[in-house]
Amino acid sequence: MSPPRAHKAAAEDTAEPTGGRLERLMAAKEIIVACGPGGVGKTTTAAALGAEMAARSAGRVLVLTVDPARRLADALGMGGLGNEARQVPPEAFVAAGVRPRGELWAAMLDTAASWDALVRRHAPDPATVSRILANPLYRNITGRFARSHEYIAMERLHELRAEGRYDLLIVDTPPSNDALDFLDAPERMAEFFGSGLLRWLVTPYRSRLLNLASRPFYQVADRILGTQFLQDIAEFFLLFQQMYDGFIRRARGVGQMLRDPATTFMVVTTLEPSPAGEALRLAGELERRHLQLGLLVANKALPHSFEEPDAARVAEELAQHSGELAQAMGEGAARLPAALGDPARLARVLAGVGESFSNFRAVAQREATLLEELAAVHEVAVTVPHLARDVVDLPGLLEVGRHLFAPGTGEPAPPARRPRGARPSEGASSGATGGDGPRRGAPKDA
Amino acid sequence: MTSLLERRLLFVTGKGGVGKTTIAAALGLLAASLGKRALVCEAENRGALSTAYECGPTRFEPLKVSSGLYAMSMDTEASLREYLKLNLRLPTAGRIGPVAHAFDFVATAAPGVREILTVGKLCYEVRERHYDLVIVDAATTGHFIGELAAPVGINELVRVGAVRSQTDWMLEILSDPAQTGVCIVATPEETPVNEALELAGRLEGETGVALAAVIANRVLPELFGRSEEEAFEALAGTAGRRRLTAALAGAQGSRRDAAAVDAVIEAARLATRVRRGGAEHLARLRESVPAHVPLLYLPYLFGRSHGPRAIRQVADTLAEELGQ
Repeated sequence: MSPPRAHKAAAEDTAEPTGGRLERLMAAKEIIVACGPGGVGKTTTAAALGAEMAARSAGRVLVLTVDPARRLADALGMGGLGNEARQVPPEAFVAAGVRPRGELWAAMLDTAASWDALVRRHAPDPATVSRILANPLYRNITGRFARSHEYIAMERLHELRAEGRYDLLIVDTPPSNDALDFLDAPERMAEFFGSGLLRWLVTPYRSRLLNLASRPFYQVADRILGTQFLQDIAEFFLLFQQMYDGFIRRARGVGQMLRDPATTFMVVTTLEPSPAGEALRLAGELERRHLQLGLLVANKALPHSFEEPDAARVAEELAQHSGELAQAMGEGAARLPAALGDPARLARVLAGVGESFSNFRAVAQREATLLEELAAVHEVAVTVPHLARDVVDLPGLLEVGRHLFAPGTGEPAPPARRPRGARPSEGASSGATGGDGPRRGAPKDA
Repeated sequence: MTSLLERRLLFVTGKGGVGKTTIAAALGLLAASLGKRALVCEAENRGALSTAYECGPTRFEPLKVSSGLYAMSMDTEASLREYLKLNLRLPTAGRIGPVAHAFDFVATAAPGVREILTVGKLCYEVRERHYDLVIVDAATTGHFIGELAAPVGINELVRVGAVRSQTDWMLEILSDPAQTGVCIVATPEETPVNEALELAGRLEGETGVALAAVIANRVLPELFGRSEEEAFEALAGTAGRRRLTAALAGAQGSRRDAAAVDAVIEAARLATRVRRGGAEHLARLRESVPAHVPLLYLPYLFGRSHGPRAIRQVADTLAEELGQ
């Protein structure tokens, strides 16, 4: 990433002892791989990080995303098809009350187009290219290939990095049954194309029949799938194998890129038992593979005001004694606002408010316990508060981004939302968390 | 119109993280409590089903959870072994050995093999009537069509061989709306609802399997009625808050912190705002789900949202929603 500290205001931001940690991390990295279980807001978090980085620092940021929500895609100008990266117009930032220092680019991963590009690059001659692309099995196999999406995402990332057009690449990994699939993808691809079985399968049909060792398998496969189908597959892979060397070289390059010190991983989760468990497993797996976990994001967390004992007592009071309180409120010297004139209705509202608080408090307490567990594993656990609306536009992304960079990582930003446009980097940052103390279980300052 | 649990095979799908496993587990529990013999199958073995039932690790061999309720995890290799044993009369495990060894490769190379073994095993359980109802905690919306469409695809690609002759009876079970159906789960949020509606639109055309129900999960309760909302706004104003703080001090005889009142009011505001946002997405679901498909609502669980207690609660609500 190009140096964000070249700008005075940004440098002032990083003067915050803890808020600067993420900024320092970002300054040292060129690739951020967002991963985590499904449904936790991975795509949104990756896009928010990109938007915030483009707002904060001079440099060109690309967010490569797999399958964004339609409205979010439209908001980022990714409505069209294809692999082409597009710049989010600076005017969109300005409309959101932000003067961006850098550029935000966004691209969507088009798996089919990326596979075609890969074939064109690695096939020995144009004739082979057209034969592969015309093969009826090609689309089917590349489309369903176990880990095909994962591989192509990493491959595309490699290509983008080689192009050297961006200072920071943020990639959102595909929704996958196993959040770790993408880590194995390059290796699996190399294994697959180098496999003895593949060579065996593409050996001409007749010589295989003579090979006694393989006969039992062959007979069984034949009976299940049919000879014709097996031959179709063999032909396809015979063509594909001509690209073997290119594939292997490329897969190794992708593996190196992931282990590069300039690459870091961002694990995103929500504070629910099953995603958090998955995130912990993922963090352990990254460590086992000597891959760097730079950032652990606990997304959609409830504001920590739910845990304040005073507020809990008041909520309990409202729920238990709503009638008396409504009565007492009416007995003051000054006149009550007209809408509060009906004591029965007021009592219902008070009871509802109190009960709602207690309900969410129970959830917030469970979240705090999970946050403790996450914080024990990694020092950075940034929590982004549960936003009352879906994040579908640039202002929404910038709001999430602000929370990510909020001083005092590990504690949620304030429950009360600040008016749009008052951005931290516009000089209003240090008060962002106001008087809120650190959330229970939050990690120590970095 | 066949009611949901009278079917023989139910797939539960939805975007990742919407609570598929919880709902599949609850449907199984409900079916068993109605006297049915139910099998719940986790299509991707991640251990989520065993967590839901707290029944210990689930395997390919069904595990008895409670009376009439069984749980299993799909394992395509084990499914292949079973298939070979049943259909090709390969007698010993020794001879299947090299096949299993090569299986991963073939499954990777041949489109739909993995999927057909999964769907095939499920259809087999239905055909053999081992269970009254088979419920599948299926792949997420993004992968679901590919999985269910496998028999159709194999039919087109494979012209001869045992697999081809097997797909016909599978398609018969899958395309019979009285026997087989799909439940799509969505939470009241942008992407889960979009994915649910997109799948609902493509499902029957691409797989021949009928949509049986749409389930809106984690629906927040309505905090106030319309007239109360007005009162809440007044209460949330400066005067209202001050009045409430004063009343609290009187009731308790101790001074209450105005900040605590602020926190409680802000929390209620957040709750109503989240709910209102969700209501818009629910409205989209309601408008777009075909009239003959039941739309079921499950509340947000403020208590434990995982484990047997939560599963029981969800099953009870499902029973009410289904009028059982």
